Amino acid sequence: MSDEKKLFKVTIDNITIDVEPGTTILHAARQIGGDVTPPAMCYYSKLKGSGGKCRTCLVEVAAGSTADPRPMPKLVASCRTNVMDGMIVKNITSERVQDARAGVVEFLLLNHPLDCPICDQAGECHLQDLGYEHGKEGTRYEFKRRTFEKEDIGPYIQLHMTRCILCYRCTYVADQLTENRVHGVLDRGDHAEISTYISKAIDNEFSGNMIDVCPVGALTDKTFRFKNRVWFTKPVEAHRDCDKCCGKVTLWQRGDEVLRVTARKDQWGEVESYEGKTGWICNTCRFDKKSVKDWVIEGPSKVNRHSVISQGHYVGVSQPKETMPEVMGGRAPKLLMDIHDVSGVNTVNISALPGPATSKNYTKNEQ
Amino acid sequence: MGRKLLLEKAHVENIRLYDVYRQQGGYRSVEKALKSMSPDQVTEEVKKSGLRGRGGAGFPTGMKWSFLAKPEGVPRYLVVNADESEPGTFKDRYLMEFIPHLLIEGMITASFALGSNTSFIYIRGEYAWIVDILEQAIAEAKHNGWLGKNILGSGFDCEIYVQRGAGAYICGEETALIESLEGKRGNPRIKPPFPAVKGLWDCPTVVNNVETIAAVVPIINEGGEEYAKIGVGKSTGTKLISACGNLNKPGVYEIDMTISVEEFIYSDEYCGGIPNGKKLKACIPGGSSVPILPANLLLKTAKGETRYMNYESLADGGFATGSMMGSGGFIVMDDTQCVVKHTYTLARFYRHESCGQCSPCREGTGWMEKILLNLENGKGKMSDIDLLWDIQRKIEGNTICPLGDAAAWPVAAAIRHFRDEFEWHVTNPEDALRRNYGIGHYADPIHVPVG
Repeated sequence: MSDEKKLFKVTIDNITIDVEPGTTILHAARQIGGDVTPPAMCYYSKLKGSGGKCRTCLVEVAAGSTADPRPMPKLVASCRTNVMDGMIVKNITSERVQDARAGVVEFLLLNHPLDCPICDQAGECHLQDLGYEHGKEGTRYEFKRRTFEKEDIGPYIQLHMTRCILCYRCTYVADQLTENRVHGVLDRGDHAEISTYISKAIDNEFSGNMIDVCPVGALTDKTFRFKNRVWFTKPVEAHRDCDKCCGKVTLWQRGDEVLRVTARKDQWGEVESYEGKTGWICNTCRFDKKSVKDWVIEGPSKVNRHSVISQGHYVGVSQPKETMPEVMGGRAPKLLMDIHDVSGVNTVNISALPGPATSKNYTKNEQ
Repeated sequence: MGRKLLLEKAHVENIRLYDVYRQQGGYRSVEKALKSMSPDQVTEEVKKSGLRGRGGAGFPTGMKWSFLAKPEGVPRYLVVNADESEPGTFKDRYLMEFIPHLLIEGMITASFALGSNTSFIYIRGEYAWIVDILEQAIAEAKHNGWLGKNILGSGFDCEIYVQRGAGAYICGEETALIESLEGKRGNPRIKPPFPAVKGLWDCPTVVNNVETIAAVVPIINEGGEEYAKIGVGKSTGTKLISACGNLNKPGVYEIDMTISVEEFIYSDEYCGGIPNGKKLKACIPGGSSVPILPANLLLKTAKGETRYMNYESLADGGFATGSMMGSGGFIVMDDTQCVVKHTYTLARFYRHESCGQCSPCREGTGWMEKILLNLENGKGKMSDIDLLWDIQRKIEGNTICPLGDAAAWPVAAAIRHFRDEFEWHVTNPEDALRRNYGIGHYADPIHVPVG
């Protein structure tokens, strides 16, 4: 039995889980799921070296391990800290963490323009979600926001540097997916910017993936620009034989028109993996195949029902049937008045009527 | 008169040249270490000396050396941090400019102890002329057989290279320095892994300050125990202090950490007091990042004991009523200085030098600068002071590297000790543009010694 791997026991917000050694706190929390998972703006599990920068995933380590139960003095970045056996982590149960996270959200939004109404990312923007879940209602910043000169980085990708939160994900994509990176972070501090340096345009077969990894609307699809709002489009899973990439994509349709093609995303907003390989897609699939005929349709994508994209599509919604007696102190719920008893609405079979229903049909006497 | 170890020979004419330096007893420590000691014995000697890192944090050097991972077949590196960019600190510049061979000598001994065959000096780009001085010293040392293959027949090879930075304060942070040395953008790395395990090109690396490495020379020459007898408690040996600001005699002084702050400022042997009969208002005792102290807390601790120029005494009282030894950049301000303006200057510096990698530091430093500029120009509000406090609190401790803390501490300390001056700027906006607040009621109730 010595071959069996020893699992580490880690407690996050009083929920204990066994994880393999080498797992980060963030991944352990993702295995638990739900509210316990810290948000992550810069970390991307498919990109080596990412994370640690945005500081939204800070958690408090109340006990380092069974062997050394001292707490860690500072909050740690959960995406880059590995769990130890017997570690006790506090995320939503720690006031320090909540306070620091609200601070980070405020910092991230300081210079971020509030142009969501004209931003193509709106509706699938991680910063929107973060601000909604962890931010404060207002900002205390009273100064002019930082802006940048507009820069053209080629025919496919639109760069809005003012929206950038400097997560560095797109530079990792360029480093790890392509042979040479032509863009990077220039300058430093609050005037640091994503830009190309020598080449004017970013031109390689996988550059489009920068759009998928961008958590905000700093990098958007030029072929989809101002075409539609994401919540008006319908995501459909589709695939095609592609010699460059896996060919598994999500088509964003309106009617039969394919407005946009992206890689498939998992519940954490990251590109999905197939058989251990990340499903990055090539620029041909993304930008050139904009017709339903190019694709084999698999069916509608599952969209989290909390997402604005699922508005109007009440898929997978179930009405609660059983009441929980313990909530009511053992009593069964009782309505003061059942509306159906007094209204005649539900007694009328509309389809049986010869014509459209009128108020006459609902008057009991005349039926 | 305190004992001098590093700057003892600094005033000998032409000490910069190898022949003079050798005549004055230079390179004895290399002879001693390579001929009669093992690397572990050298490390042991440094441990015994109680030498603490002179770059700012004050971590015991011997301990740092013993943490160095030593896997088989992997090279190890010694990197000397000469990226001295902290406002108010200029001790390493003095050392390298006048006695460069002391650094080279210390580096050879330290490289021997750590098993580093290739050692680097990472020097800040603005010290362009010092690069030439160091290169010349290295060439001379090499010519005379102190560098290269099989030094003194001991079988130990060592080469030293000088690398110029491009003028970034952040590259003084050890992992950012390593990144920059590798030819990348100088962003601090996320720790762990620490450089002692994975540093330069993923090999075990020790990064030490110039003064720390120079102090290895007297330690080996005199023995660690002898060195530990100088100074008090855990503050052993001598420390270079670069004194500047409103002083009669600013400059680099070597102290043995037994003198009081009062003596250091007012005695003729050291800074010689404050010019034009002005009064002492405040002082930053260890380089711009450490908390500023008002005169009464500077000369005496909160308990009323005399404050001495050493690690423990300066830190007495924590951040509430104490400060830090830091890198030894001693900035003195007289009663004509404005703390708000001074804090703004520092905030501007940190905003400009933030690498922009993690959000609290990138956005927070710029925000603090803007608020402080408003306050300084009399456009601030009372709530701005509390806002500043809240911003610094949210930066401190939440960043990747200590630059966030370094940007937050001066602001925190200025508000903590000089809040009434900030409030005066808000309540008297027109006055604030015309004149300074002066010494206020927090200034020193202690007598000012004459001479």
